[in-house]
Amino acid sequence: MATTSDELATAPLDVEPMLPTPYRIQRIRQETDDTFTLELVPADSAEGFSFAPGQFNMLYVYGVGEVPISISSDPSDAPLIQHTTRVVGTVTKAMRLLKRGDMLGIRGPFGTHWPVEDATGRDVVIVAGGIGLAPLRPALYRLMAQREKYRKIVLLYGTRTPEDILYRHELEHWRGKFDLEIQVTVDRAASSWRGNVGVVTTMIPRAPFDPSNTAALICGPEVMMRFTAMELQKRGVASERTYLSLERNMKCGIGLCGHCQYGPVFTCKDGPVFSYDRIAALLGRAEV
Amino acid sequence: MTIQTLEPIIQATPFFQGMEERHIDLITGCAKNVRFVEGETVFREGDAADQFYLIRSGLVSVQFMIPHRGLTTILTVAEGDVLGWSWLFPPYRWHFDARAQQATHALAFDGRCLRTKCEEDHNLGYEIFKRFMQVITERLESTRLQLLDMYGNNK
Repeated sequence: MATTSDELATAPLDVEPMLPTPYRIQRIRQETDDTFTLELVPADSAEGFSFAPGQFNMLYVYGVGEVPISISSDPSDAPLIQHTTRVVGTVTKAMRLLKRGDMLGIRGPFGTHWPVEDATGRDVVIVAGGIGLAPLRPALYRLMAQREKYRKIVLLYGTRTPEDILYRHELEHWRGKFDLEIQVTVDRAASSWRGNVGVVTTMIPRAPFDPSNTAALICGPEVMMRFTAMELQKRGVASERTYLSLERNMKCGIGLCGHCQYGPVFTCKDGPVFSYDRIAALLGRAEV
Repeated sequence: MTIQTLEPIIQATPFFQGMEERHIDLITGCAKNVRFVEGETVFREGDAADQFYLIRSGLVSVQFMIPHRGLTTILTVAEGDVLGWSWLFPPYRWHFDARAQQATHALAFDGRCLRTKCEEDHNLGYEIFKRFMQVITERLESTRLQLLDMYGNNK
């Protein structure tokens, strides 16, 4: 019997969670000016792992440090995995300098996942902001692989400028399949841009889905997720069927160190994917 | 050949939803159907703002000329959206350019005609202002989010 993503996410890790597994960089793809994707395969003697959409790994650049990054590849491609990240700090800067054939240490996969199985029989609305599209990409692959199980699938994607659009070719490919509605908007653009301009939340009121039977998956900057969740609620999507992926300072990945504590939860273990009704009261609170 | 009046079309728009029939009658008297071909200018910054539009289909860019950067699109409006509120406030001049990004079909409302009717019937004026305040509030909220540059990398 096939293992479901739910079983995967709840199964105990069968490897020592604090021990990095060596992975080799098979390919590096520059996505945008400051964003790149690493394609990784287990090094010669190492075993790979399967993962559920929305889970993350701790990526270790040897001698520099470790960072939590969501897996952005198709779960059915495992043990090959991809991580898309932006150059923001010391570790990701060092990561960007790595070359094909170089090694990385990986711990994971950690955390909760997008509830793609629970969305069976419903419309699925995916709202992504900026690099937030990366953690949602495995969910899109999974949904498209089992397309007949879902009603409408709508992707609303907002980013900074047309140059910052992630996975551009893939989005064009999916758009061409006609069973996935994709709407892209940017915050600002030159007059040559033929698409939408405005924040992603403005696309929600007229997006084609039935709010009474919809599961919503949101990932992006926290302020964007807050406003998106509110707009979805205004449209009538149930808060318990609205899911967000939070980003915090994950360190151990297994709920021991407390670095990623978010009120009563640990983001690495209880998240990163939470239902909106569970964390709505915490979002936007300065003390948390 | 049957000619459909604009009344049921106006009544069915989300913007005018819930408005009394007598008010819809008054508004319809100031409305007409308009079409813009792709690339056509809807209005220009500084010109008299004597209309507003309810987009029925297509896409219109609201643009601003920035020296050394060129024409920059700050917002697009699509089906169901309102375009233009400068007709409501003196000096009744457009503050931005608007251009049809795609072939666009819209309802155009004569601003002077509506202002006169609002002065004569303050209940109508209140209903129209309530609806425009909602649009202005939503646009302000969206603009604030855009100003946050939330996807940026502090660059």
